[in-house]
Amino acid sequence: MPEIQLRNVTIRNCRNLNLNIKNGEYFVVVGETGAGKTTLLNMIAGVEAYTGSVLIDDVNVNPLPPFKRGVGYLFQELALFPHLSVMANIGFGLKAQGYSKKVMAKKISFLLELMQIRHLAERYPHQISGGEKKRVALARSLAPSPKTLLLDEPTSGLDPRTATHLSTELHDILKKMGVTTVHVTHDLKEAEKISDRIAFMVNGSIEKVATPAAFFFDPANTTVAEFIGMPNILECRQTRPLAAGLVEVVSDDLKIILPCNCRRIRKIAIPPDAVDVFDTKPSEPLVNPFEGTVEKIDRHNATVKVQVSIGKNRLTSELPANAFMNMSIAKGTKVYGAIRMNRLHHIE
Amino acid sequence: MKTMTFIKNVWFGNLNLWKIVPVILFFTLWELAARYGPFAGSAVFPPFSEVLLEMVALFKSGVMMKNFASTLGRVLAGLCIGTISGIGVGILMGWQEKVYQSLSPIISLLYPIPALGWLPLLMLWIGINETLPVAIISIGVFFPLCYNTAAGIRSVEKKMIRAAHILGASEKQILFQVILPNAAPQIFTGLKLSSGMSWRMVLAAEMVAIPTGLGALIMKAESLIRVDIIMSSLVVLSLMCLSFEKILGIMERKLIGDWTDNA
Repeated sequence: MPEIQLRNVTIRNCRNLNLNIKNGEYFVVVGETGAGKTTLLNMIAGVEAYTGSVLIDDVNVNPLPPFKRGVGYLFQELALFPHLSVMANIGFGLKAQGYSKKVMAKKISFLLELMQIRHLAERYPHQISGGEKKRVALARSLAPSPKTLLLDEPTSGLDPRTATHLSTELHDILKKMGVTTVHVTHDLKEAEKISDRIAFMVNGSIEKVATPAAFFFDPANTTVAEFIGMPNILECRQTRPLAAGLVEVVSDDLKIILPCNCRRIRKIAIPPDAVDVFDTKPSEPLVNPFEGTVEKIDRHNATVKVQVSIGKNRLTSELPANAFMNMSIAKGTKVYGAIRMNRLHHIE
Repeated sequence: MKTMTFIKNVWFGNLNLWKIVPVILFFTLWELAARYGPFAGSAVFPPFSEVLLEMVALFKSGVMMKNFASTLGRVLAGLCIGTISGIGVGILMGWQEKVYQSLSPIISLLYPIPALGWLPLLMLWIGINETLPVAIISIGVFFPLCYNTAAGIRSVEKKMIRAAHILGASEKQILFQVILPNAAPQIFTGLKLSSGMSWRMVLAAEMVAIPTGLGALIMKAESLIRVDIIMSSLVVLSLMCLSFEKILGIMERKLIGDWTDNA
């Protein structure tokens, strides 16, 4: 039974949205800036007026104020209370909802431990880092034990390493707690890693909802395909299990190792930015290496797409423009490359 | 280089010489100018030491204490009335958009009128009595406080209010636990402005219309050409202004210093 249902919900540029989010699901909404992702969260939370119906656990929550919907909300700007300590920030919702001091202390202590911020309990928001603030805001939104958590770009503004670490940690914590999560991001790589399903929004409408793998193999239309970067789709003839949850698949002249606990893989999707190309043979050994000939070069603003033929296969690589400029790659030249295995998707 | 570092260390070190020396220099120059300057020996510019002695004599005789107590009472009464009404109306204006829209034009119209501009009107309306200085201080305190409170409340980020709503806070909780604490820095700015202003206004009111208080003492001293008494009264006044500001500063640090730059 779906936990959250949107039925013909309309607000500003978002028109007639219909969506089912399953109980306990980690649901990620991706799309460009202004696509309506935050508006979608605001509708579920009930902080903006809309027409249509929002159902949570089959109950129409339209007449309910935000806090009675059992929804927690992590704002992109976090909106921590600067005049309250970390502990008081986390306890704000509990105090407002009339929890006893004993229960409050227990819950706050649990969340401080869960978010690994016990050492920050007495500090004020201006005394902690951006990543720590995000943890505090998340603890605050989890404190009243919401059934559903809405996350608006929770990793924006963080350095890539912290962002990756935080989003993975977030996913693990929320899955463990069984909280249905709607996570909004513009970062497709982040979405791929953590989502059970991905929804893609364009100009206020939901273009596609699918699992990460299905998203890459069947982009539905060119807008989605362009957003995900037109992945290379390869048919696989053979699958050979290796050790430690890895398999090797053979696709014509390419042998590719990827993480999978499966016996047979039919197709794999390789995002172009997961394909590295070099003009000279790299000295150190690489995973999934290949050699090929450049067939086509397409220059864009910040990137260059290089199409390489490897026997019967063709792979498109997307390189940063400055990296491309530092190499002597032209049509017909021999190039060396590697396929990063952590961003491969497959169909069994 | 070493000498420069030594001077820097002494000047800005633990002794806080950079704060103390200019004050000592000021009073020394005053003393020297009064004793050896063009007005030396004249009653119109007494040395600092004589002003101090006169001040002690005035306190001993009870004259200064009596007048100071009258002035202090008026300042406290005016400050209390102006503060309560200013913050109250400011909260209403900041919290309720319709109240803001209704009162904002009137406040904008009346705020620029100097507090002393109200004096002739108040003299006619309420007469020359104890209420007059209290009323003028209240008016002078009301406007900056009302303006700063409303502006402080309106500047509280909407996202914070939205977060409090989602966390289940009632309107009252949002006002008292989110909005007012966040508007506090601006309310304190209004309070500090008003406290200094209240001493200036009470002095003017007492000089013009009231027969008791520091202002009245100054006017009497002026008619007797007792510059030492005038200066003594001004020193007391200035010390009071400074004390009020310091007390408010301490209150500000205690209440909001932990999470603002005033820590």
